[in-house]
Amino acid sequence: MEKRLLPAANSLMNRARQFIPIGLLALLLGLLAWLLNRADSPIGHTHGPGETHANEVRVSRRSGKSITDTGIQWPSREKLWRTLTLADYNTRVVFAGVTALGAAGGLVGTFLLLRKRSLLSDTVSHCTLPGIALAFLIGESMGISGRSLPLLLFGATVTGVLGMMSVAAIRAKSRIKDDAALAIVLSVFFGLGIALLVVIQQLPTGNAAGLAHFIYGKAASMTAGDARLIFFASVAVALVCAALFKEFKLLCFDTDFARTQGWPTLALDLALMGLVVAVTVIGLQAVGLLLVVALLIVPAAAARFWSHRLGVTMLLASLIGAISGLVGVAASALFPKLPAGAVIVLSSVLCFSVSFFFGAKRGLLVRWLDQRRVAARVARQHLLRALYEWCESQALQHLGDPLQLLDRPVPIAELRQANHWNLARLTRLLRLGAAEGLIIWNPDSHACHLSAEGKLEARRVTRNHRLWETYLLHYADVAPQHIHHNADQIEHVIEPNIVNELEELLAGREGGALVPADPEKTTSANSDTPS
Amino acid sequence: MNSIESSHVPLVIRDLNVAYQTKVVVWDADFDAPPGKLVAIVGPNGAGKSTMLKAALGLIPIASGSVRFFGLPYEKARHRVAYVPQRETVDWDFPVSAVDVVAMGLYRRLGWCLPVRRKELDQARAALAKVGLSDYASRQISQLSGGQQQRVFLARALAQDADLYLMDEPFASVDAATERAIVDVLRELRSRGKTAVCVHHDLPTVPEYFDHVALLNMRVVSQGPVDKTFTAENLRKTYGARLTLLEEAAQAVERARVSAQHRATL
Repeated sequence: MEKRLLPAANSLMNRARQFIPIGLLALLLGLLAWLLNRADSPIGHTHGPGETHANEVRVSRRSGKSITDTGIQWPSREKLWRTLTLADYNTRVVFAGVTALGAAGGLVGTFLLLRKRSLLSDTVSHCTLPGIALAFLIGESMGISGRSLPLLLFGATVTGVLGMMSVAAIRAKSRIKDDAALAIVLSVFFGLGIALLVVIQQLPTGNAAGLAHFIYGKAASMTAGDARLIFFASVAVALVCAALFKEFKLLCFDTDFARTQGWPTLALDLALMGLVVAVTVIGLQAVGLLLVVALLIVPAAAARFWSHRLGVTMLLASLIGAISGLVGVAASALFPKLPAGAVIVLSSVLCFSVSFFFGAKRGLLVRWLDQRRVAARVARQHLLRALYEWCESQALQHLGDPLQLLDRPVPIAELRQANHWNLARLTRLLRLGAAEGLIIWNPDSHACHLSAEGKLEARRVTRNHRLWETYLLHYADVAPQHIHHNADQIEHVIEPNIVNELEELLAGREGGALVPADPEKTTSANSDTPS
Repeated sequence: MNSIESSHVPLVIRDLNVAYQTKVVVWDADFDAPPGKLVAIVGPNGAGKSTMLKAALGLIPIASGSVRFFGLPYEKARHRVAYVPQRETVDWDFPVSAVDVVAMGLYRRLGWCLPVRRKELDQARAALAKVGLSDYASRQISQLSGGQQQRVFLARALAQDADLYLMDEPFASVDAATERAIVDVLRELRSRGKTAVCVHHDLPTVPEYFDHVALLNMRVVSQGPVDKTFTAENLRKTYGARLTLLEEAAQAVERARVSAQHRATL
């Protein structure tokens, strides 16, 4: 009996173990709900202005007010001048810091985007909040000022890393998918952070107004010391990116191969995620944790539209990030009421929109133009072949040389009939062909004929088509009724070296007679008189 | 069977067991890759062919068993081994060119932090030339056809200049030109005394392309020279009673027999 029970108990234990992370999370959530509930209760009946229990809800309401209730005050000319010429030391340092931050965000973001972990940065940034609050609490209780930035950022880093590790652990140890793991960790940590902020508000000494800046970002409140820290950290991040460029590239492209090559992929992954945490943490003050994800991902996504090379993409991303940072911090210096974080994100989103439509490599416009060009080329080649084939049919009827007949005017009605074209389409094709000098056509007449150049091109096009048809017929197991269709598609993209190969392959084959000779090789020897 | 420690045998696998959670995928597999031969690993879908390779390379944890490359654990012999993963395992939209990907095979030799220099690019280009892709070196990899992408992966392995090449389905859905190019490369490797182990899915071409074959269905059903091992009987044991496959296999066996006779009469 015992023996039979033991394995069953074991498997039950194993199964139960899988639920431990979920159970812990549920517990944490419950705790949080309780905390929030407790913190909520005083709000209901404390509306008096002299209330000592300032709380998070009021803080956010207050900062919300500061954005909406005051009209934008235009800066005085003197202030504008001083800001734009970077006359103040403080302005200079903040400008340099945030610009470097934008650049570093672009660099790390490109790798993060290519590693397909974009949302991880959002989770990490939300995970920093409880760390900031805890660092503040610990700092206060130990008698150091809870406001010291290095201390707060240290706390942010600790919980940021913790959050990232939780995501990795949930992913590895359970069947929960990536996106769900990110969402769970994000909400749990952020909720915990909010709860802690409320607790801080309720301390007799506590005033979390400064901490709320980390949620929405406030570049204007930055001291020169803060900005210097941000600047040097950004430069360090950029240097690491440059040094490990090759390693990160391999990691993002083909992790398995990197592992077989003996690269410590886990350590590299951790290093990359460490850089993400670093940018997130130093970006908190400038952009706020809600928007830090944009600092990393948007410039990288925008740059991807412009280049197919990783190095170029990264430089562009860092440039876009730097410019956005600059614009944001300038706006925030000129209009203290404007939230710098939002301006930074908005300007990088503007870059993204421009790239999305006009990007040189993957932008919508380029792709649309490419498509149109191909469609126009295909249509032109169809028309030329139709003209050639009509001439050829005439030659067969009159037992003449098709080359001699290429000068003959082709009745448009017959052309239409043979190819099932409607008149509008045919007219458009003819007009295009005439504009390109391939066809001689008078819009009033009912016939057209090929120009000297058009004759050459028509022969070349027909030849490619027939070569390909023959190739399919003899060499590929394609049902014959499909050949014309396939050939229609292929002949337009066929490359010269393949045509040469086909020629060699088909030399002496039946049907070869119908394939027109290469016009480029025969024009001089042929009696092909230009019209 | 070779001793597991003998240093001239490129790959020896003994009693390998691999399981995904509670599902056993490879079960007590023994496998030998003789030096200087082209070896096919053949078996039905889900037989654990790719898994066996990946487990040997340490990409998947091993439940039990031992793997030796040239008599050594993989960590000590990895500079002599090149791996060609399945094409689908990477994102071909990645912003790199063909020559960049091939140069990745040289990163380990280059070492930490050092950038790719002209010398490595030249080596990468030479490897691309061997698979007939010289003209495509600076193309972004998404602009290559599937077969060309497969050849880029092969070129990356060639650039490593290893002694043992492990290839995961190199012939899967490639065009005729690529198939020919890969076969040429394999033969050239063999002529230089290198060994290649390919996971292969196309039974009829086994006798034509390979010297040795291992028939795998969770365990290694049979392995040895193609003319002795690639028999209808062994194939039935490997594939079970799937009729169409058996018919195909019977044809392949017949062809192998004929070509062996043909070779003998020459």
